[in-house]
Amino acid sequence: MSSPVGPLNEQVPPAISLRNLRVSYGDREILHGVSFDVQQGETLVILGGSGSGKSTLLRTLVGLERPTSGEIWIKGKNLATISADELDYIRRHMGMSFQGGALFGSMTVGENVALPLREHTKLEDPTIDIMLRLKLDQVGLSGYEDYLPSQLSGGMKKRAAVARALAMDPEILFFDEPSAGLDPIIAAGIDELILELKQAFHMTIIVVTHELASAFLIADRMVLINKGDVVALGTAEEMRTSKHPRVRQFLDRIAEPAVSQELDYLQMLTEDRHGNRR
Amino acid sequence: MELTVQLGQTVLNALAYLGSLATLSARAAYYTVVAPFQGKPVRVQRAITQAMQIGVRALPILSLITFFIGLILALQAAYELKKFGAMNFVASAVAISMSRELGPLITAIVVIGRSGSSFAAEIGTMKVTEELDALETMAINPIRFLVTPKFIAMVVMLPCLTIWANAMGVLGGSLFGVTKAGFTFLSYLHATADALFLRDIISGLIKSFMFGITITAVGCQEGLSTGAGAEQVGRSTTSAVVISIFLVIAVDLIFTALFFFLGGQ
Repeated sequence: MSSPVGPLNEQVPPAISLRNLRVSYGDREILHGVSFDVQQGETLVILGGSGSGKSTLLRTLVGLERPTSGEIWIKGKNLATISADELDYIRRHMGMSFQGGALFGSMTVGENVALPLREHTKLEDPTIDIMLRLKLDQVGLSGYEDYLPSQLSGGMKKRAAVARALAMDPEILFFDEPSAGLDPIIAAGIDELILELKQAFHMTIIVVTHELASAFLIADRMVLINKGDVVALGTAEEMRTSKHPRVRQFLDRIAEPAVSQELDYLQMLTEDRHGNRR
Repeated sequence: MELTVQLGQTVLNALAYLGSLATLSARAAYYTVVAPFQGKPVRVQRAITQAMQIGVRALPILSLITFFIGLILALQAAYELKKFGAMNFVASAVAISMSRELGPLITAIVVIGRSGSSFAAEIGTMKVTEELDALETMAINPIRFLVTPKFIAMVVMLPCLTIWANAMGVLGGSLFGVTKAGFTFLSYLHATADALFLRDIISGLIKSFMFGITITAVGCQEGLSTGAGAEQVGRSTTSAVVISIFLVIAVDLIFTALFFFLGGQ
């Protein structure tokens, strides 16, 4: 089965459209005009090193940061100019799984998953109970509804967080560093989970990561962010064969030359800003 | 020149901080009074849990402290009154200073230590672990979900605790009154009741209501403005306590002055 990406799907509007998106913290601009589309039902992996701006991009997409300029179109609304009520409406169609899970420590796993349902629907308790068991079952956590988050392992916390993100049957699902801090076997399990969700629900999935193996496993397309700019955008195959130096550096895991070469580093320390030796 | 600039900056920052406290309180009031009519109900269960935590669990320590304070007040008053052979005024001295001033103030300080600090720590930890962000991405307003129940619980429980503290203070005073000032327990209570006017108790309760708003606003504001990292939670908790104590005493001064000039005494 081919994923619904590319020219065949031109008539379907993209799930997310970014146009010249700029985001700043104070005076420091983090994203310098990012533009790309995310198609309905595709899994897009946002790659980038530490400090590249990929996490800021994700936070902006879910409305946690406001862009300084540019447009983010989701469900026909521009997140950059939207009112708080409209943003809340859009957020009910999005789910986000945070890096550390961000489960509420004072509530059980079941209460965590049920929270969006209790807040946003008028469902009766027995119905909510069935739904939360269903969601926990989907992420492989059946029977854990009465556990507190502190009693779960790292991988289980992430699964519980995914269950909570799935609670409202979102159209778009966001993952922030799904495999960070997990051992390779548990991380592979989370990748499997993302693949299962993709096949079962055909939802649009956006994953921020710097784990290459997991990126190539789950992505329909990838976008590489470096210092706040989109360096490359394409399918896994296009990325693998790309000649772009930044893409090659990232995929071949080549360290920054300035820091890897001790002599260069020493030279950098002993030279002032204009390149004159001290 | 440098000094004036710094002074100006400090004053501006302080005013901005007070503004943020007022905004937070106003938003909590909105979610308590207005939003329920727009289909966003108050989270009663969370408010009750908070009220248990703020109020009922504070009773043992508060009782002990205010009992001691009452006893201390009686001893201090007797030191002066005995010179005039007016030991029978010990009861009224204790009753009036407890209900007008020390009952509300000591209660507020105990509650700052127990609950104001824990508000800052709880919300600060949630900020650091991205739980506040998670609430927002689930379209749940953190002010409505977290802060409003704390405000409701606090403005209900602090006056209740204050009434209890007043009673315990009178009880503490009576220990001295009965053993050293020639009262029986019953006559001490009569003397207390005769000395107190309703306005003494009400003015204390109005103050404790305002203290409740102040403590919750500072605790929650410090929690919400916690920076990244676990050590920042500690910093928020400390400043929540220090700022709360300062502002509670400032609010106390303002309201005491108001009652004095408006009430004619």
